Amino acid sequence: MDQCGYYPFKLYFNPNATELMIEVKNIHKSFAGVEVLKGITTTFDKGKTNLIIGQSGSGKTVLIKCLLGLFDYEEGCISYDGKIFSQLSEDEKRNLRADIGMVFQGGALFDSMTIAENVMFPLKMFTKQSKSEMEDRVDFVLKRVNLIDAHHKMPSEASGGMQKRVAIARAIVNNPKYLFCDEPNSGLDPKTAIIIDNLIREITDEYDITTVVNSHDMNSVMEIGEKIVFLKDGFKAWEGSKDTIFKTDNKVVTDFVYSSELMKKVRQMYIEEKQ
Amino acid sequence: MIAEMFRKPTKWSVMKQLIFKDIDDLIIDSLGIVAFISFFVGGVVTIQTALNIDNPLIPKYLVGFATRQSVILEFAPTFISIIMAGKVGSFITSSIGTMRVTEQIDALEVMGINSLNYLVFPKFIALLLYPFVISIAMFLGILGGMAACVYGGFSSLDDYIIGIQTDFTPFHITYAFIKTLAFAFVLATIPSYHGYYMKGGALEVGKASTTSFVWTSVVIILLNYILTQMLLS
Repeated sequence: MDQCGYYPFKLYFNPNATELMIEVKNIHKSFAGVEVLKGITTTFDKGKTNLIIGQSGSGKTVLIKCLLGLFDYEEGCISYDGKIFSQLSEDEKRNLRADIGMVFQGGALFDSMTIAENVMFPLKMFTKQSKSEMEDRVDFVLKRVNLIDAHHKMPSEASGGMQKRVAIARAIVNNPKYLFCDEPNSGLDPKTAIIIDNLIREITDEYDITTVVNSHDMNSVMEIGEKIVFLKDGFKAWEGSKDTIFKTDNKVVTDFVYSSELMKKVRQMYIEEKQ
Repeated sequence: MIAEMFRKPTKWSVMKQLIFKDIDDLIIDSLGIVAFISFFVGGVVTIQTALNIDNPLIPKYLVGFATRQSVILEFAPTFISIIMAGKVGSFITSSIGTMRVTEQIDALEVMGINSLNYLVFPKFIALLLYPFVISIAMFLGILGGMAACVYGGFSSLDDYIIGIQTDFTPFHITYAFIKTLAFAFVLATIPSYHGYYMKGGALEVGKASTTSFVWTSVVIILLNYILTQMLLS
């Protein structure tokens, strides 16, 4: 058996993986001798918005970058639908990545391209569509993220919320099977943050994709946390859903969830209601 | 890095557009400064040579000869390359470095695009046109020398033209272009390396640009010495 628990003759395929899902087993990752991820094991399910939450420095972004293959890890394994990522050839990895959409924390829009060109970029690189077909698709996804007259704007001319929506449009333009979002509503006002959260949830349902969102925003947890993985100092401290996170007695989770005055009041009301 | 850079591009039609964009950014946009510097430095070389020839036995046409040799052998290929290390090199480092800082390179990688090939290969191809820039620098350097020589009253136009035709060795042009191509490779790769592998934020982009300029200049000077030793001695 290998470190993923698979037998050698089934190295590239896990017979138990019946649905599109991402499996993480015992991931360890260090930077300059400091261990940032200390044996994370979890799964991210198909058709769900899976949230990775935790305080700043808990290892959320490192985990998401390990999932995407942007960071190498020392131990453990990550598999996409039973295919172990580290055992794929470079070409196979590139093919898999063509099925992945990613929304980076800062948007990561190409600043030499207009908004429409940014969204069209994956189509240009990976499809043989004609220019008019690509333009139609770009119009469709920009409309889907509620951006109608922004085609010719440069990313620097767009607001933070608009940039995030363009990043989402670029991530979904090629119909990905997996969508990753690294703190999609950081730096946004609460109203725009909710719009972005709803958009992510709707897109996940609409396209039936596996979505992994990295966040420390409790509003996101309440809005879209169908499955939640809580990280603390590089460990997985808790796993559940938005329904169970408010009922758990796990002190590490409750310290995080009820750290704000608003959430403390919500909890008080919940307890009073229960009594 | 070099091996990844020369891998097959994800899409040739996109690569073609990137190459034309980089030709515009790196070659065409550099012509103005190269022309300006070449013309005036050519003039200065001529004036200094003329002022240092005070022996009446030395023929006047040697001013043109010395200018031609200085411009073709050293000034155009090496001096202009050091200037290009500052202009083009820091542009490459800062643009790639900014893409690194703002996670645009990560975005390319996540999409399944070979980012080294996408970012560096078009710059390398664009800089294969660098000998064209150096040819212009050679021409304008000699022209600037002629203008300074004639209008400064150091020698006649005929003397200068005789000088630039005296003992002309075609291999010197070949030598200059061999150096130029080697420097083009250095100009494409060292600044790209410093931009691509930089870590940190905006401040580090500035630091990386400076480091890249220093290293590009050092490598150009060392290569200049090695190639001169190999090709001319």
